[in-house]
Amino acid sequence: MIRLTVNGTPREVDVPDDVPLLWVLREELALTGTKFGCGMALCGACTVHLDGKPVRSCVTRLREASGKEVTTIEGVAATPMRVLQEAWALEGTPQCGYCQPGQIMSAIALLRAKPRPTDADVDAVMSANLCRCATYVRIRRAIHRAADMLAAPPPDANKP
Amino acid sequence: MTGELGRRDVLRYGLGAGGALLVQIALPGCRPARSAADPHAGDFVPNAWIRVAPDDRVAFVLDRVEMGQGTMTSHAQLVAEELEIDPARLVVELAPADRAYDNPDSQLGFQVTGGSTSVSTSYDPLRTAAATAREMLKAAAARRWGVGLASCVAADGEIRHPPSGRSARYGALAADAAREPVPPRAPELKPASAFTWIGKSVPRLDAPSKLDGSAVYGIDVRLPGLHTAVVLRAPALGAKMKGFDAAGARREPGITDVLEVPTGVAVVGTSYWRARRAAALVKVEWTAGTTSLDSELLRRALRSRLARDAHKMRTDGDVAAAEHASSQIIDAVYETPYLAHATLEPQNATAIVRDGRCEVWAPTQSLGLAREALRRLTGYAYDDIVLHQTLLGGGYGRRLAQDYVVEAATIALRTRKPVKVVWSREDDMAHDHYRPMSAHLLRASFARSGAVTSWTHRVAAQSIIAQIAEEWGQSLVPNRFPLSFKRAAARAAATAYAGNAVPDMSAVEGARELAYAIPNVSVEFAPVNVDVPVGWWRSIGHSNNAFAVEAFFDEVAREAKRDPFELRRELLAGAPRQRAVLELAAEKSGWAHPPKSGIFRGIAQTTAFGTAISMVAEVSVEGRHVRVHRVVAAVDCGRVVNPDLVATQVEGGIGFGLGAALHQEITLRQGAVVQSNFHDFPSLRMVEMPAVEVHLVASDAHPSGIGEPGVPLVAPAVANAILRATGSPVRSMPLLGALKEAR
Repeated sequence: MIRLTVNGTPREVDVPDDVPLLWVLREELALTGTKFGCGMALCGACTVHLDGKPVRSCVTRLREASGKEVTTIEGVAATPMRVLQEAWALEGTPQCGYCQPGQIMSAIALLRAKPRPTDADVDAVMSANLCRCATYVRIRRAIHRAADMLAAPPPDANKP
Repeated sequence: MTGELGRRDVLRYGLGAGGALLVQIALPGCRPARSAADPHAGDFVPNAWIRVAPDDRVAFVLDRVEMGQGTMTSHAQLVAEELEIDPARLVVELAPADRAYDNPDSQLGFQVTGGSTSVSTSYDPLRTAAATAREMLKAAAARRWGVGLASCVAADGEIRHPPSGRSARYGALAADAAREPVPPRAPELKPASAFTWIGKSVPRLDAPSKLDGSAVYGIDVRLPGLHTAVVLRAPALGAKMKGFDAAGARREPGITDVLEVPTGVAVVGTSYWRARRAAALVKVEWTAGTTSLDSELLRRALRSRLARDAHKMRTDGDVAAAEHASSQIIDAVYETPYLAHATLEPQNATAIVRDGRCEVWAPTQSLGLAREALRRLTGYAYDDIVLHQTLLGGGYGRRLAQDYVVEAATIALRTRKPVKVVWSREDDMAHDHYRPMSAHLLRASFARSGAVTSWTHRVAAQSIIAQIAEEWGQSLVPNRFPLSFKRAAARAAATAYAGNAVPDMSAVEGARELAYAIPNVSVEFAPVNVDVPVGWWRSIGHSNNAFAVEAFFDEVAREAKRDPFELRRELLAGAPRQRAVLELAAEKSGWAHPPKSGIFRGIAQTTAFGTAISMVAEVSVEGRHVRVHRVVAAVDCGRVVNPDLVATQVEGGIGFGLGAALHQEITLRQGAVVQSNFHDFPSLRMVEMPAVEVHLVASDAHPSGIGEPGVPLVAPAVANAILRATGSPVRSMPLLGALKEAR
């Protein structure tokens, strides 16, 4: 039995500890927002956070997540980083959408490390995430927009 | 994200007619939907696309799949326009398989999403369907209030009677409207000047669910008791199974079945990871397969086929006479490789086949083809084959093939279990239906004045239609005809295509329609049919032909010592749409002014899927390194339903096309596909994505295609920039490979 915390909820899973975290999330915990794309850490569709750090869950063994905090796309809405989802929608970013959960998880890590990334910063980090629909122009814009939103005070901050 | 999103049910299970399990997908901001085929008492269902429920839920049944191209939003806008309702209020349901949803396109004719037809073929029928519903709602209100029909108006989801100030929501009128006669004549559609939603960049309706992880793709379908199958596939084309030993796999926990299927050995277990893990323990012996299938040999065969005459697909004037009289002739051979689609969601499908009933959930581009294929497999009546559409994690033409659907149903039929088959990336790469490899002979002759007097383009490639005509033909024939007739008719069609008795126009699209005013033109096709599975790859023939035509055009311009834009402009004098987009792209890119030092520009234009498009690429070349900095596109796709969606399709098409142009190639060695994953079949990455500007030509013409036209031009535009930068043409894709060979 492996214990881990997923999106703030303690979970126990009874599968061998070398099963990729991706399949534990998708099949044992029914969190299908994390996507299978390549199985070799080449496309980034399976990106989740392990103790806040982005990992490719398709090559992360369950034991590496043991006792740790896992955040998936389903957990983002409950965090301040939900503004990335808003920025993504405002920029009309997703097409088929299959890669976007992974894109957002990578971008969250980027903005935590660099709240005001340059285009070069964005390219350097986000080039690890493939989008076959090539929505890259919009992803770039959405990241800058999200950075603005995170930096700005919430719209009702001045209201009594 | 709002609380409503958090509470939303994504997949709902319920018992439908006959006790069948229904899975439905509720969309962002929408309440759960009932089955389109399952109207409840009191619902107003004027046609196959619209259903108004007494609780004021207005459902729109989307019959073109959503694979990223934006149908869910654009088509909701078409309905909203005539129904007088905010598109965000429509509950969008994905259509089941039904011939009511056959694609009206004259060359498709069954339920299918492809050929960039979705807006052009739905533009009138969907608006008419919505207008009909609106008129029946108005009639119901007028009757209820005892007022004249002409004094009632529809607005914002209700019928109003301004003189009395009365109003009623559509839902409150549903039961009455259902009793109204359908108007004998189709209602008049709104003039463009009155449009509220058409022409507006309505935000994508599918965006929220695709950003919070709740969107349901085929691979995400969950059912009670669902098993997952993986298949060990032939290592080479044509390889046959000699035998297998699955003793070890069968002992693995959670493994329920290991069985031989036509595509290999299926390992079925209670989850993907269990099945995949057990599959590693299965030993399969295969024959060597068709080892003669080798891309280098095929490449040579195509090139040598160019030396002989081929089927005439277009003949203007007399090329031979023009060449005889010319002062100069140039020629070149252009080549393109096989390409995989590599949808990011690997192929998959889910099936339950038991008790005389076949139910399938699939991310397919064609429920029409899927149903016909399942009927051939099971022999069941059409009514006993129930199909559910899911979202598609990319399509690009790959999901027009139904191999994963048939495979899922085969395994479900044999095991009597609910089964989802999931392909690995390696399965997907090695068992695609590839864009055909092609070779092109281009030849142009010049008069002493420098005028271009003739143009010859001979294409040698596999015919896609010859390979798929038998399957597609059976879906085209109406269902009332017996299976045997369908099969015979489709076989006859396949034979006709294979011998080019009926020419495969898709092989020469983008070549045959050459818009340049050149007096003598010959476009020819030499089908070279080998047993490599081929299929539709986003923009089909255009993706090969526009490269050959537009890159060779710059060789012609260089020979004539003309600016490539100016020569195009001159030769497009008789093609005003094409000339207008060419001029717009040139203007917006600043063609008249020299680019920054080290940057070179290339221009290209074509017409694809009814859309005139032109692109300018700005490129720098250092050694074998090519960087595309900026692409300016000008597009005339007729009336635009949603400008931002059109822009995203062009942006994405450029990125999709650029990845292929620079990097991608599927090669065969000894009958086996060499590439296996994204390390050796590289997709464009963000760092390589140019800045893109999309400029739309305002037009009131009928809408034309936009899902594909953005793809084909980026290759020739970049190749033409490389020609300017280096002085040598790059005549084969991938361009980086060609550049390497040239140095």
